[in-house]
Amino acid sequence: MSKKRSRLIAEGSDWTLEAIAQYDTEIGRIAKNYGLDTYRHQLEIITAEQMMDAYAAIGMPVYYHHWSFGKHFLETENRYKRGHMGLAYEIVINSDPCIAYLMEENTLTMQALVIAHAAYGHNSFFKGNHLFKQWTSADAIIDYLVFARNYIAECEERYGLENVEQLIDACHALSNLGVDRYKRSPPLSLEKEKNRQREREAYLQAQVNDLWRTLPRHDAAVEAAEERRFPEEPEENLLYFIEKNAPLLEPWQREVVRIIRKIGQYFYPQRQTQVMNEGWACFWHYTLLNTLYDEGRVNDGFMFEFLQSHTNVVYQPPYSSRWYSGINPYALGFAMWRDIRRICETPTDEDREWFPDIAGSNWRETFDFAMRNFKDESFIAQYLSPRLMREFRLFAVLDDDSKAKLQVDAIHNEQGYRALRMNLAEQYNLGSSDPNLQVWNVDLRGDRSLTLRHFVHQRRPLSAQSNVALEHMAYLWGFTVRLEQQSADGEIVLLGERKTEKRKPG
Amino acid sequence: MTVRIVDRRQDSRNKSSINRGRFIRRFKGQIRKAVSDAIAKRGIRDLENGEKIGIPGKDISEPQFHHGKGGVRESVHPGNDRFQSGDEMDRPPPNAPGQGGKASPDGEGLDDFVFTLTRDEFLDIFFDELALPNLVKRQLARIDEYKRVRAGYTQSGVPTNINLVRTMHGAAGRRVAVGGPYATRLRGLQAELEQALDEAVPDETEIDRLKREIACLKARREAVPFIDPFDLRYSNRIRIPQPSTQAVMFCLMDVSGSMDEAKKQMAKRFFMLLYLFLNRSYEHIEVVFIRHHTTAEEVDEDDFFHSRETGGTIVSSALKLMRQVIGERYASSAWNIYGAQASDGDNWNDDSPHCRELLADSILPLVQYFAYIEITEGEPQNLWDEYEKLATTHAGLFALQRIRAASDIYPVFRELFRKRLA
Repeated sequence: MSKKRSRLIAEGSDWTLEAIAQYDTEIGRIAKNYGLDTYRHQLEIITAEQMMDAYAAIGMPVYYHHWSFGKHFLETENRYKRGHMGLAYEIVINSDPCIAYLMEENTLTMQALVIAHAAYGHNSFFKGNHLFKQWTSADAIIDYLVFARNYIAECEERYGLENVEQLIDACHALSNLGVDRYKRSPPLSLEKEKNRQREREAYLQAQVNDLWRTLPRHDAAVEAAEERRFPEEPEENLLYFIEKNAPLLEPWQREVVRIIRKIGQYFYPQRQTQVMNEGWACFWHYTLLNTLYDEGRVNDGFMFEFLQSHTNVVYQPPYSSRWYSGINPYALGFAMWRDIRRICETPTDEDREWFPDIAGSNWRETFDFAMRNFKDESFIAQYLSPRLMREFRLFAVLDDDSKAKLQVDAIHNEQGYRALRMNLAEQYNLGSSDPNLQVWNVDLRGDRSLTLRHFVHQRRPLSAQSNVALEHMAYLWGFTVRLEQQSADGEIVLLGERKTEKRKPG
Repeated sequence: MTVRIVDRRQDSRNKSSINRGRFIRRFKGQIRKAVSDAIAKRGIRDLENGEKIGIPGKDISEPQFHHGKGGVRESVHPGNDRFQSGDEMDRPPPNAPGQGGKASPDGEGLDDFVFTLTRDEFLDIFFDELALPNLVKRQLARIDEYKRVRAGYTQSGVPTNINLVRTMHGAAGRRVAVGGPYATRLRGLQAELEQALDEAVPDETEIDRLKREIACLKARREAVPFIDPFDLRYSNRIRIPQPSTQAVMFCLMDVSGSMDEAKKQMAKRFFMLLYLFLNRSYEHIEVVFIRHHTTAEEVDEDDFFHSRETGGTIVSSALKLMRQVIGERYASSAWNIYGAQASDGDNWNDDSPHCRELLADSILPLVQYFAYIEITEGEPQNLWDEYEKLATTHAGLFALQRIRAASDIYPVFRELFRKRLA
């Protein structure tokens, strides 16, 4: 007994810096044994108020200023103060070194949980997953955010708060359609960014001027000899198109558009891998802390407290519960990773049939492969097992607005597994949840109007808000903007038009 | 290698304050309206708190291109307890529990966005409306200054506050109390020893024993510490609010039929501002509400602002009642008396000179300040003319102002503040 006791890392529920460091060392040692590959990390202790600050700025330690973040802060503060929500236990930043926040109010157990979850779980995901590797530059993001904040602050001073605010409003309105879904963006670097910024300014302006040199010349001999189409290919990244082609934007405005586009792009992988990423982190905090317990380094009290928090986080209420608000990504992700390990270690005949290549394989290798090469959509399509569908008692409902009733079209049975899995994967496909909107045409020779085309998917219309968003688009473009809709049968209707004429005086 | 842990708790706290300020700046119109509504609901004395403000959620939404309702949607839900494939069911009503995944993402029909303005932000908007200059705003919004005064002694504190005299006093007492019994016994033993020495045949062993015992007792007496942590006494200081005098504020208002709700609200702002001002200068304030038409009565705040009467107007009735209340309850030697009168200027013609006399003879000598505001669009009437005479004869004690909008109220206070700031 006394021997076991002496092995405990720390006791009591109050944390000290030493105890946190000891926990980190121990958790790190176990993580290393499991072969988790992580960035270096840094733990930062903050207060609840600072946590709310961080919330408002999407978790980033530095961010440009905008009223919408103030709104989010007030919202969070209000709900927190009324006790409607607890604060998240952790925020972790995908940077190198990876920064994990520990909240002052947490007990020592919670701190250990957060360390295992964020500093080892999320951290290794950030470092390993192909989307994060490709799309985000962990070593440069903080520097870039500093650059962005200073640049925008400078613009506010120079061109006035209102102007900058209106520009950022407009960019935010388009930010969900301001990402490259397929192309890879070049890595960020503060040095380069600063040096290139002026160059780019001059160059872009020259490009744009060139584009608009085709002013109508009445005496031109061959008018419309070749109807040049612009853009030659439709462009789905609206912010990118604006940045490169909007005729009347000032250089600084282009730079701000670019900043918001870049930051949006940085967050895009997080939206694409929520289930995988949270599930991965939950799996690892669960595994790491259980291993600590097996080694006798933490006591029963620690485990009870930890398990209570853990089960709260990974609880999935059923559809009929009043707490139900969709599938809990933590629950689904955690269950899937656990299930994959089970398939590797103790496969059943069913698993062998469904997953011939991973059943009975080394689970750590399978994990690494899955973590590195998938996003939510493909991860679910690949690894959701019939057994898990039965455990969650999943069922798919078809809501077709042309029919009077909803229809259950697949449940967790032999006939339904594949359809269920496909449907669930589709739910996590950002490509179909965000509307498919493209810059279709610009009338170069005429009134310079721009046409956006919405390609209807599954007959889903655009929401009423889109009209306001269209106004923002028109503000950025500077000339008339039209919104068309093309339905599946090829029929095209005009949804809206915003006329603007914002030529420079003189 | 141990991990790097950074303690950020002492870092700047209000990182979001800029964003918060921007938010308030952007929606000033809506917030101001909400504050106006809030003022109508608030009591005059209730200016020290922040305010919970709701502004329409639609105004502050951040639009984006999203899908709206409709079309074909397929969704997966957990916890199947009754369905077979092919089952059909009715669409759940919107906002029903369960099936919540289908809630529309377009965010229409949002509730009000509710948040709490801090006291400073609230006052800022309140002042903004009244067009108060910054100096005055600062004067009003400042937190009370406190004076530190001595308040006896405590057993804990910081070393700089140790009170030596008290400490030594206590130590001496303790030494006497603890060492006293030893001293008594010592004296006894000394006497015995002398007696033993005086004997013709000294008993060496007895003398030895006594000497040993004496030495032992002396050592014990010496061991009583000269000073002990228990003896330490610290000078105690407490903070008390600096202005510690009392004031009474009389709110006089005409409630005859011609004073409509808007005029009363204007008057209310005036009274609030006066209250706020007094609150800065006096620790304890009482407010007396007197309303009048042809007769005056003392009422509570709610009745004061919200009940309506009809009939003519005799202003002097209110002044008489005020003088009577002062005489009964607020002796001017113990109270600082302030008067604030709001009306639309209507009065019986032959009552106005009477009012002036009343004020000049029996009220102004008693009060610190008396302010009159006339809330009207029309030409000044005879009450105004009479009061103007007072303003010249009692400058600095009496002020009057005609107001159309809330921002006109300030000049009345300018004089008041000039007096304070001088």
